[in-house]
Amino acid sequence: MLDVKTFNNPIKVTWCPGCGDYGILNAVKSALAQLEIHPHEVMFFSGIGCGSKLPDYMNANAFTTIHGRALPVAMGTKLANHDLNVICITGDGDGYGIGGNHFLNIMRRNPDIVHIAENNMVYGLTKGQYAPTSERGFITSTTPEGSIEIAFNPLTTAINGGALFVARGFSGDPKHLAKLIMAAIQHKGYALVDVLQPCVIYNKINTYDYYRERVYKLEEAGHNPADRDAAWHKAQEWGEKIPIGILYQVEGQPTYEEQVSELKAGPIAKRTLQPLTRAQADALRREFF
Amino acid sequence: MAKRINDMTIRLGGEAGQGVESGGAGFAQALSHGGLWLHTYTEYMSRIRGGLNFFQIRVADHPLWAHTEGVHVLLAFSPEAVTNYGPHIVEGGALMFDDTLKFDHDAVTRRNVQLFSMPLTKIAQDLGGNKIMANTCGLGALAGIIEYPFEFVADVIRRNFMRKGDAVVQGNLKVAEEGYKVGRDKYAGSFDWKVSPLGERPDRMLLNGNQAIGMGAVAAGCRFMSGYPMTPASSILEYIASHAKKFDIVVKQTEDEIAAILFAIGAGNAGARALTATSGGGFSLMVEALGLAGMAEVPVVIVEAQRPGPSTGMPTKTEQGDLLFALFASQGEFPRIVLAPGTQEECFHTAVRAFNLAEKWQCPVIVMTEFYLTTMMRTLMPTEFPIERVQIDRGELLTAEQLDRLGEPYLRYRDTPSGISPRALPGHPKAVHQACSDEHDEYGHFEDEDPANRLKMAGKRWRKFQNIVEDLHEPTLYGPEGAGITLMGWGSTYGAMREAVDLLNASGTRTNLLHFVDIWPFPEAKATPLIEAARQLVAVEGNQSGQFAHLVRAMTGRRADRMILRWDGRPLSPEYIIEKLEEAKVHA
Repeated sequence: MLDVKTFNNPIKVTWCPGCGDYGILNAVKSALAQLEIHPHEVMFFSGIGCGSKLPDYMNANAFTTIHGRALPVAMGTKLANHDLNVICITGDGDGYGIGGNHFLNIMRRNPDIVHIAENNMVYGLTKGQYAPTSERGFITSTTPEGSIEIAFNPLTTAINGGALFVARGFSGDPKHLAKLIMAAIQHKGYALVDVLQPCVIYNKINTYDYYRERVYKLEEAGHNPADRDAAWHKAQEWGEKIPIGILYQVEGQPTYEEQVSELKAGPIAKRTLQPLTRAQADALRREFF
Repeated sequence: MAKRINDMTIRLGGEAGQGVESGGAGFAQALSHGGLWLHTYTEYMSRIRGGLNFFQIRVADHPLWAHTEGVHVLLAFSPEAVTNYGPHIVEGGALMFDDTLKFDHDAVTRRNVQLFSMPLTKIAQDLGGNKIMANTCGLGALAGIIEYPFEFVADVIRRNFMRKGDAVVQGNLKVAEEGYKVGRDKYAGSFDWKVSPLGERPDRMLLNGNQAIGMGAVAAGCRFMSGYPMTPASSILEYIASHAKKFDIVVKQTEDEIAAILFAIGAGNAGARALTATSGGGFSLMVEALGLAGMAEVPVVIVEAQRPGPSTGMPTKTEQGDLLFALFASQGEFPRIVLAPGTQEECFHTAVRAFNLAEKWQCPVIVMTEFYLTTMMRTLMPTEFPIERVQIDRGELLTAEQLDRLGEPYLRYRDTPSGISPRALPGHPKAVHQACSDEHDEYGHFEDEDPANRLKMAGKRWRKFQNIVEDLHEPTLYGPEGAGITLMGWGSTYGAMREAVDLLNASGTRTNLLHFVDIWPFPEAKATPLIEAARQLVAVEGNQSGQFAHLVRAMTGRRADRMILRWDGRPLSPEYIIEKLEEAKVHA
């Protein structure tokens, strides 16, 4: 097992004390170390928001992009170099709101990409506006009378949308979360890990205590992740009891990149570029004779 | 009237689905195989079936640069084609039509236009057994009236219908031959324009701007293309997709243009030469990501095939209205390169250069074309496309061996005198690094507060921008030096300007032409003396405001004396330029 410290870097973390993102950072490092994935073998992608700074706090390849856009940049990289382990870090607004269309489409494609969504159900970095995942009635600076929209459910959407690995973690339980992230990395194909991640400043409802009283582990409850109907029901469970763990997993399906014939000979980014041969050039020109 | 040989314009007009495009392309092939030079021009409506479209072929025994106004023979397949295009027929020209076509004869007979009525459908049914072949019959008749040898038409029929089997080939051949006889025997005597094959018939290519860009991208080692279909850029995506397997190119149609450019940025950052193509509306969506490529210093090539805006505008018409938008799109200041090829051969070379410049300077490169250039075809010698001699310059890309030997920590954004930071691809143990859209330090880590770092990194990027200009080309000068009038243009209006210059000089008006492909960073040092040397500077552009003229004025202080602009969705032609010059009373 690699030392977790391998992934440390000297960058000063700017998250608020008590932020749920710390648990996620630790879980990610722990998962990579346990799987012996070295910093150069992995590449992180993130968008904008508190959580999107996570890659900056890691010793690993990364591309911190723009709001909502981590998934398509990651997908482009995966198609250019599928040797890299690709992990996307998005927030709830970032991944499910502004990046919603990319979220819907990446599930249909099934690239071997891990998507960790830090879901605190509020906009933190812009100081407390409601998010797509905020519960109905949630009062914020832009919803003074309470949000009148129903909350976006990433888990039912993912199961419906074709995702073959759908999990929920809790950043207050980083050990369990690390296991989920490990399973997501080991899963061949797109893997969503939605993480209940308390924002200690702006979300006074969905707090650590709120979750601690409610979460239970699916693997301890005898849930069968291969059962799509059961997963669908678990994905809708919210209130007195909130399930964490792997809700749904189907293995053995081909990834997007495995089905691209141009990638059979290895990553395109690793091929040497040279001018075409005379014969190739002639053939290209001849098409227009 | 004397017979005029090998200089005429043929137009096929009708509804979408009537074979206007395919028939026209086939006839163009037949003329090209006769060693003739062609310039085609097509107009179509934004609909799948019906409507009104034309495919126009200008044919001559010398190289052509533009379409010209005036049609010598119109083969009309619909009444609307007669009504709309009849007025384009020149004095003494002819309207060809199937004898069952009902239309208002007065629309054309008021002028000195001949009516060539022919039983195209009847022949098709009697000899071919299928009225769809009326189109083939018309093309045969067309060859007959211009007395172009039938064998060239027959060759193209054999070649194009080969896949459909011998019966189809034979049926079409019979119908075409009968059409040919009718055209020749009945009407050739009264039609003044003739086309005959040349003695020398070297292999020539007939292609449009998008095909040339696609070929250039393949030649330059493009390994990735993502795109969202949008007229008139889609055919680049289609060209690359059809060559993907042979040339190891990953092609992805994405959910939208935002994803298209982001996929390309992801692939470009990972080390694959990456391309995306769109039109103005799609480019608008890509703008945020353009800034990302600028800030993160990722090489990516973006083709912006313009069409008239704003918004959805005129989807199947032409305009050069997006220049200033492309130069300044996205917030903040960052290096980008804007290139605008004017011809098919320039499309090829510009595509190659775009990939080299993008990797050398690690920045987005925008290639501007427009509908006209993307769809019009010209015949060209294969030597104009030296695919096997293309130079691939990956810039300061560190090899795995160089990285193995690296002593100091790798800095993705190392501050260097040139502004270029040697690039490592993600995946090497000694070059673990981060690319970043926030202001960052030399490592790539967020540093969005520190003013000293801001100055250092913004300075590095700006230095790069200033140095790029050394790599860019000066404008080309065509025509006599010291002319009284200098036409100044950019991109796809080159052909029309060039032919206008030739016509003006032939009539004694000394005129030359200053044409820009490399636009941004503006090649100020190289261009200013040429601009200042102009006695009367006339800006010629396909837009309403003279965008390039504004840029030139901002960069050089020289104001254009006149502007010739067109923004009705139609391309500039040599005649349009000359007419507007005369209206403006510009004299040498």
